[in-house]
Amino acid sequence: MIDLINLHKRFGKLQVLQGINLEFRERGKISAILGPNGSGKTTLIKSILGMVLPEKGEIRVDGRPVKGQSAYRSQIGYLPQIAQFPNNLTVKEVIHLIRDIRGPGANEQPFIGLFGLQPYLDKRLNALSGGTKQKVNLTLALMYDSPILILDEPTAGLDPIALIRLKDFLRQEKQKGKLLLITTHIISLVEELADEIVFLLEGKIYFRGAPETLKNQYKEKDLEHAIAGILTHQQKNDHNEQGPPEITPFKSKILHPAFSCK
Amino acid sequence: MFKILRYSFSDLMRSRWTYFYFGFFLLFTLGLLFLSSDVGKVIISLMNVILILVPLIATMFGIMFYYNSREFTELLLAQPLSRTQLFIGQYLGLALSLSASLLLGVGLPFLVYGIFMSAEIWNFAVLLLNGILLSFIFSGMAFWIALRHENRIKGFGLAIMMWLFFAVIYDGIFLLGLMWFSDYPLEYVSLGVSLLNPIDLSRILILLKLDISALMGYTGAVFEKFLGTGLGISLSFLSLGFWILLPTANIRRVALKKDF
Repeated sequence: MIDLINLHKRFGKLQVLQGINLEFRERGKISAILGPNGSGKTTLIKSILGMVLPEKGEIRVDGRPVKGQSAYRSQIGYLPQIAQFPNNLTVKEVIHLIRDIRGPGANEQPFIGLFGLQPYLDKRLNALSGGTKQKVNLTLALMYDSPILILDEPTAGLDPIALIRLKDFLRQEKQKGKLLLITTHIISLVEELADEIVFLLEGKIYFRGAPETLKNQYKEKDLEHAIAGILTHQQKNDHNEQGPPEITPFKSKILHPAFSCK
Repeated sequence: MFKILRYSFSDLMRSRWTYFYFGFFLLFTLGLLFLSSDVGKVIISLMNVILILVPLIATMFGIMFYYNSREFTELLLAQPLSRTQLFIGQYLGLALSLSASLLLGVGLPFLVYGIFMSAEIWNFAVLLLNGILLSFIFSGMAFWIALRHENRIKGFGLAIMMWLFFAVIYDGIFLLGLMWFSDYPLEYVSLGVSLLNPIDLSRILILLKLDISALMGYTGAVFEKFLGTGLGISLSFLSLGFWILLPTANIRRVALKKDF
């Protein structure tokens, strides 16, 4: 459904993406895109949506190149990282605005119920708390039955009840055969939901595979330590560039067979 | 595009700054009409305020509107909507809401006063039309600057500099030039140079319409002769049109290349 071919992006002197090759073809799968701050997660997601324009490489959604296109975005539900809305519009009006732009097919009622937004519908958005804004943000991203969902930090600011409901909903969507891409720093969410991990480091894919593979690789019981393992290993390699690495470079060893370098 | 325009417009029409802008013009115009019974004089006083204040407020609104809606713009960018539709729609919504505040703020008191019975109706119409054109020009220039500069302080600074340049500095340089080359016949040069600054051009158009160009001496006569003709009028409106087209084309160009 999504193919990224040799993607390069630089912001000024900073090379953010360095030749990313990825494909997300399987429906009914949740992929977690992980990596430290500044590793290129958001840039990667924004490239798929056409918000960031890569210098080199190609992105295809459903087999068609997306460069200069906008209609393909009706296939994607996107949750941006920061929720900010026009201050003078009410929650209802913002929902209507998105419905107006995307056309028929929206069903926001379940989410209004799911996140308890009913009392806020006629309130202006600048009067809402951060968590409530995030719920509005989620409603806007999820109210269309899009085959692809891309969620950037979906749990930010959510209370525990909303969080549980969101996770249940995402599992249902996966069952329905949707493709979900999620970035997060919350490892427990990854453990609960993700079928595979794409680990980005300095704009390259450092690991792609099932969470179990990552844990086995680092002989850790939990994912948090396995991920910390990747980072400490990386730092060691940085310090030790001269000498032989202590462990054989695992990059080649643990790359998922599905991942192909073109 | 029309949908984006409508929502930007209704968002701005509910902003307290828009009310403030509208209220200011309403009170100011009412005050002037109350103090003077000569509508012609009221129009000249209003002209001086409109020519300085409308570009300034349009510049500030343009910058603030872009930076304030930055994150929401990101959400809209993820929708099936082209960048041209999105940004031109936002710009038109902004310019129209500013124009509406001006039109209502200045227009209502004149309407109550009975402008339609007065002989000054056309002078008043030219004043309002110029105010609206200036709103479009300066909000567009500010929107363009904001789009080009992610750094808000820099964007604000540049936009204010842009306003200062057209409202004050340009005239200063112009006058210096006139003094420097005062031995030469400069009427046509100054005519050309005035066409390049939307604020100067608006001022001249209004003054000519008010028929007080005699105050401007020989140059005024040249201006009147030129701008009174079909060619003169077409050239001045063409020039104002160019000043709207310039930011509009650049908003589109920058928007198509930008990373969000």
